Amino acid sequence: MKDIHLIRLRVNGREHELAVESRRTLADMLRHDLGYTGTHLGCEHGICGACTVLVDGRPARACLMFGVQADGSEISTVEGLADGEQLSDLQQAFSDQHGLQCGFCTPGFLMLAEAYLADDDVTGAADEPTEAQVRELVASNLCRCTGYQGIVEAVLATARSRRSAGGR
Amino acid sequence: MTAIGARLPRKEDPRLLRGLGRFGDDFTARGQVWARMVRSPIAHGRIRSVDTTRARRADGVVAAVTAADLPGGLAIPVRLHVQNIDLSDYLQPILAAGVVRYVGEPLAVVLAEDPYAAEDAAELVDVDIEEEPAVLDAAAAASPGSPALYAAGNVAADFTLGYGDVEAAFAGAARVVQIDVEIGRHSGVPLEPRTLLADVDPGTGALSIFGMTKVPVFNRDVLAALLGIDETLIHVPAVDAGGGFGVRGEFYPEDFLVPWLARTLRRPVKWVEDRAEHLVAVNHSRQQSHRIAAAFDAEGLITGLRAEIVHDNGAYCRTHGIIVPELTVAMLPGPYRIPAYRGRVQVVLTSKTPCGTYRAPGRFEGTTAREHLLDVAADQLGLDRVELRRRNLLGPGELPCQRPMSTLGTEMVLDAGDYPALLAAAVAEAGRLGYPAEVARGRKAGRLRGLGLAAFLEKSGLGPQETADVTVSGTGAVHVFSGGTSLGQGIETVLGQIAADALGVDPAVVRVVNGDTDLQPFGGGSWASRSTVVGGSAVHAAACAVRVRARQIAARILEASPDDLAEPDSAGGGFHVRGDPAAAVTLAEIAQATAPTSQYLRPGEPAGLSARRRFDVAHMTYPYGVHAAVVEVDPGTGRVQVLRYLVAYEVGRAINPMLVEGQLRGGVAQGIGGALLEEFCYDEAGQPLAATFMDYRMPTAAEVPPIDVLVTQQAPAPGNPLGVKGAGEGGVSAAGGAIASAVRDALGLAGGVGRLPLTPARVRALMSAGGNTCDLPQ
Repeated sequence: MKDIHLIRLRVNGREHELAVESRRTLADMLRHDLGYTGTHLGCEHGICGACTVLVDGRPARACLMFGVQADGSEISTVEGLADGEQLSDLQQAFSDQHGLQCGFCTPGFLMLAEAYLADDDVTGAADEPTEAQVRELVASNLCRCTGYQGIVEAVLATARSRRSAGGR
Repeated sequence: MTAIGARLPRKEDPRLLRGLGRFGDDFTARGQVWARMVRSPIAHGRIRSVDTTRARRADGVVAAVTAADLPGGLAIPVRLHVQNIDLSDYLQPILAAGVVRYVGEPLAVVLAEDPYAAEDAAELVDVDIEEEPAVLDAAAAASPGSPALYAAGNVAADFTLGYGDVEAAFAGAARVVQIDVEIGRHSGVPLEPRTLLADVDPGTGALSIFGMTKVPVFNRDVLAALLGIDETLIHVPAVDAGGGFGVRGEFYPEDFLVPWLARTLRRPVKWVEDRAEHLVAVNHSRQQSHRIAAAFDAEGLITGLRAEIVHDNGAYCRTHGIIVPELTVAMLPGPYRIPAYRGRVQVVLTSKTPCGTYRAPGRFEGTTAREHLLDVAADQLGLDRVELRRRNLLGPGELPCQRPMSTLGTEMVLDAGDYPALLAAAVAEAGRLGYPAEVARGRKAGRLRGLGLAAFLEKSGLGPQETADVTVSGTGAVHVFSGGTSLGQGIETVLGQIAADALGVDPAVVRVVNGDTDLQPFGGGSWASRSTVVGGSAVHAAACAVRVRARQIAARILEASPDDLAEPDSAGGGFHVRGDPAAAVTLAEIAQATAPTSQYLRPGEPAGLSARRRFDVAHMTYPYGVHAAVVEVDPGTGRVQVLRYLVAYEVGRAINPMLVEGQLRGGVAQGIGGALLEEFCYDEAGQPLAATFMDYRMPTAAEVPPIDVLVTQQAPAPGNPLGVKGAGEGGVSAAGGAIASAVRDALGLAGGVGRLPLTPARVRALMSAGGNTCDLPQ
């Protein structure tokens, strides 16, 4: 007998109401029930971070949350970053800095960095984030293709441009 | 103007950055059922029973299958036969019957309406196995008296490659240096686990299989043969893949099971591997021990080289057969002048996950062993490490150099290059970047710092062929259908630049489709750093043929001779009559003029503006390079931190330098993993100790420093029209060698480091022992 719950949540600003089994992970619910397949599963035990999404603005491993725990939440996934064909500044920086190869881990890094860059302590603080600080952030997730250099550079470049634009 | 050589943004990026890539698990078919594998929990034993009764009664279960339900006598064939060695006694069955030989070996598969139910039901399959002793040490397993995994014994192959009088070289040597180097078991571990979706046409039984990457045409043909159906009943569409690195896309048991189940049930079947499965199911690699010795004359010139290698292949010979150890022995002499050489390898079966290739197969292992030998030898000979290498590298006047050996079925002809010049450039670049100064500064402050160096020879562009189709549609868009696959390397961008260059169009109008077996039925796949070299050359040839055809049609439209047409300066791919820019046609107009009812076609002439071309190549092309590393060892914990890293690499010609640099940097990160962190360890019962990312430790951004890259284009490959050499593996080949060299330097060892990975425990042991005790002075 399945334990089904009716929940409501917003994903990238769009309202969803669905019935979900209590044990279904947030990642599976987003991917298979709601069609947000940009959230990727690389390990399903919270290490690789490919499934990182924002839950009420804070980065979370979608493989370590149940879908029902997102009831009433605002979720942001990679699909919400671009404006149609127009890449966000962070996405564009990833392309410019060659911060992705296979692209499987990329959504997780983008969401991780998006939360970091949205923090006033980063884009509003007196000092620019250092390479070491960004590297520590990037060390939260795994990438097997790039050697991380392009990812670190893309986050730094976006932090710089957002600061010079007066934060965001 | 040419698109070749430009740092263009990647074609792949916009879809991947928006989360709009299409990876295996992103495909869904109406009515699909989910497969879950039941794997052996025992390393070695006799199967008493595999009982699916309870599983079949579970909620949502559609079917449960064991070896008894499969067609009889199926085994996965070897894709690459080398050195005429028959491995048919050691092939992996689809599902184990009778005997299990490693933890993770597939025993049964359960199908259910959703993946959670399938996973629950798989735990209800009752497996009864009578445990037998696990065979875990390859050297011991090769000895008489070891428990046997096979009636034919544990040694699948024992062969020797070489040339010259090695005995005389060692007998007459001024000095002989010998060390032991062991490489730990690790592998590619792409971030996306494997996935397969087999959709089936219930009427015809035709299959569409999503998720077969790397060698889709080969896998399609193997599957067709195992199923006993015509290969055109199987379509493998192009999908994105989350990294390949050699392991993804080989033909594994699941590659038969999932399509076979779909045909049997006449329902789509989906299988998504989880990470714990991946770490015990997908090809392992690298584990090898090397006893390597060199004979030197009084000037420090190598007169002979010999190696005894034991390769721990795991439980079965999979699709790669024995090419990893074969490549090790064939490539061991590397870029050096070696007058006499003998390398012997024993390929030994053990109770572990079977092995296959991992990026730079055989070269990571062999380069580590050889370069470490040269470091130890330099000290014993009283020579500088760089000077010893400089003396022994083949000079530009000695190339091309035919090594009297074969590898991967090809003769070894080391093509264009200037190895000493690149060594000098790398040393100069490391100096310019302050590597030696950083070591000196650290040492002055009392830190354990070391500088490491390793030179290497790579190989790339394995044939025998690749085929490409290029076609222009009525909008002027160019479509390239190539036989490679997109594994993240950026091959769509590269092939787009090659096609754009040949056609004189903007790369933005070129669409590249890789690895669709209907759109390119003759593809050879993406592996062995061959996609740009062999695949790119085929695209170049097809695009050039389209260009000739376009000129012919343009001449008919413009009522001029083809020879009187000029190519406009702006990138559009059109033509105009020389001296009359107004008399012009665009590439789109030319394509439209080849429509079936066009007045410009001759009677019987085929419609369309397209060409298929095949590029054949008998020999590989050999890129080369030098790695340098600065490391610091924590004297308390033994932790090694890589502070600086340089790759100098000769690529012949860089189609897109940004992507070449990306390949090299990514390779270094994986090399650091293999040199310092990653290892598949087992306990004495053969239970894997690295089955999660907590235990299988891949490098994060905290372990990988910024990587300096020096890409040179001084020695174009003579064997292909583009002059390109492969770039996929040069970042990883010498990483073990360079890091071992740097750690040895930091610790001031007299001998070698003995073994990779240099985990903190290993480094602490080296600090207390003062070096590998296996070194023999003479």
